[in-house]
Amino acid sequence: MVYTLCFVLFVIGLYGVTCKKNIVKIILGFLIMEYSINLFLILLGWRKNGVVPVVEPDTIMQCFAIKSVDPFPQAMVLISIVTGLGILILMVALAIRLYQRYGTFDITEMNRLKK
Amino acid sequence: MSNLSLFISIPAGLAFFIPMVSRRIKWFPDIACSVTTFILFLLSLQTLNQQFIYEMGGWPTPMGIVFVLDGFSCMMLIIVNLIGFIVSLFSVDYIEKIYTSKLRYYSLLLLVITGINGVILAGDFFNMFVFLELALIASYALVGFGCGAKDLEASFKYMVINLLASYFILLAIALLYGKFATVNMAHTIALMQQYGKDNIVIFAFVLFLVGFGTKAAIVPFHAWVPDAYTSAPAPISALLAGGIIKGLGIYVLMRLTYNIFGMSPLISNLFICFGIISIVVGVLMALGQWNFKRLLAYHSISQMGYIMLGFGLGTPLGILGAVFHLLNHSLFKSLLFLNSGSVEYETGILNLKKLGCLSQKMPVTAASSLIASFSISGIPPFNGFWSKLIIIVAAVQAGRPFSALWAVIGSILTLASFAKIQRYVFFGSGEKFDENSTKNIKEIPSLMKMSVLILAILCTLGGFLAIGGVNGVFGPVVNSLSGGTGQYIEEVLGK
Repeated sequence: MVYTLCFVLFVIGLYGVTCKKNIVKIILGFLIMEYSINLFLILLGWRKNGVVPVVEPDTIMQCFAIKSVDPFPQAMVLISIVTGLGILILMVALAIRLYQRYGTFDITEMNRLKK
Repeated sequence: MSNLSLFISIPAGLAFFIPMVSRRIKWFPDIACSVTTFILFLLSLQTLNQQFIYEMGGWPTPMGIVFVLDGFSCMMLIIVNLIGFIVSLFSVDYIEKIYTSKLRYYSLLLLVITGINGVILAGDFFNMFVFLELALIASYALVGFGCGAKDLEASFKYMVINLLASYFILLAIALLYGKFATVNMAHTIALMQQYGKDNIVIFAFVLFLVGFGTKAAIVPFHAWVPDAYTSAPAPISALLAGGIIKGLGIYVLMRLTYNIFGMSPLISNLFICFGIISIVVGVLMALGQWNFKRLLAYHSISQMGYIMLGFGLGTPLGILGAVFHLLNHSLFKSLLFLNSGSVEYETGILNLKKLGCLSQKMPVTAASSLIASFSISGIPPFNGFWSKLIIIVAAVQAGRPFSALWAVIGSILTLASFAKIQRYVFFGSGEKFDENSTKNIKEIPSLMKMSVLILAILCTLGGFLAIGGVNGVFGPVVNSLSGGTGQYIEEVLGK
């Protein structure tokens, strides 16, 4: 059920990217898509009433493996957030430059390449 | 040569070192970038015919990060680093004249090379994704490097389409992790064989196909190609054609189909359909173009169709032809883009109607572009002919004469459109090109000449390779792909 909601969020982002004409809305669509995938990854490793995945000297590994949440998706999400941030900054910078050149955020008016 | 991490660490380290140093020392970025890419090329030659894995920090394979070197990745390393070297040699004078900020350019160029090397070597899905993003972010910035209205527009378009593809890939990786709880490729295959393939795996494969198909410029996903290639600086167009769409697109797609998900008749048919559509649509769109670089960009789509067709056939001969064509395409298409850069460098014009009579003024450029045009359109002694011939023979042998027919038609149309380039740019004259405007045009500087000549010589020698040693050179590549999933597991996990 939760996974379905994640997927719905992804599709909302996809809609924003493909159907909206404003550059800022396209960027927001990308953000929604990225967050939905990050949420999905985190939920994959989540476990109800799980413990923190830190091994201490007196931890019993058998019990720990059953009870702890999966730390690996969290590491992946951390990296994916960082790359997402880099892309976001580049996209916003491009959007600002495009606004300076064209005087609008509407992508349908940016068609000088076709002329 | 046992330390594969050098392919990542050398260019990445230099990419951040160049901006630190070269504010004081003006000549540093040129020399550093050319020398480094040359060293990388030599290192990649040393990996020839070797097969091993490199475990980062000594962590055992399914747990730690692993780099895999086999026949296919070794050949891709050589191609990418060769093109990187040629491109950085060419950029020395080109960027000086046409663009402004040299150190940023070289920094980004080295980051692209880092990313492609990383994708080629990565043995797990998530590292592949991270390196892919690294290469792509740098290339978004490079495509819009001129900062003109058109450059920024092309860069934004390129970014939106490729970012969408990247998120599809990330979703597919998340789905596979949810299913198998591992991102290591070989471990994933082992678990897939144990538990079988269900709908989630198929859905993940379709997402991968869309994602990497976009990066490989296959026809339904090709919309970014013409704009990005036209607006990028000419050396970057050469790198896009010779390195990025091959290293990030075709390489990963073929690794996934052959070694991870396994080839099936359905996928084979799908690839052949994509291939034929790409060949025909690309070449038909190219015929009508009047911008030099835009025409070459559409041809890039068409030639990727040949590679896709060869891989789709699935027979060893088809794979051989596809791999050979992959090497040849990166040589001659990079050469053609560099030639378009030379023409732009001297005249400042890329419109075919306004150019003309350059063969007397620029003999080296004219001769090398003639060689490249012969190669790409399949005139016998040059390399393009042999690889296309192998693909067509393989298609007939596999019982698909119609796809062979389409490949032949595509080749003839390619010849027509390159006759157009030679006629309008180098031999005949355009409409508005008079004697007064050609007075200042002379041959390109020696470094640019050298890089163009290296590629032209390689194009010519590639043709003679076909007579002697195609099987010797590409045998390991074909083995690593046609060995399928079992061989890949054996190689990486050592069972």
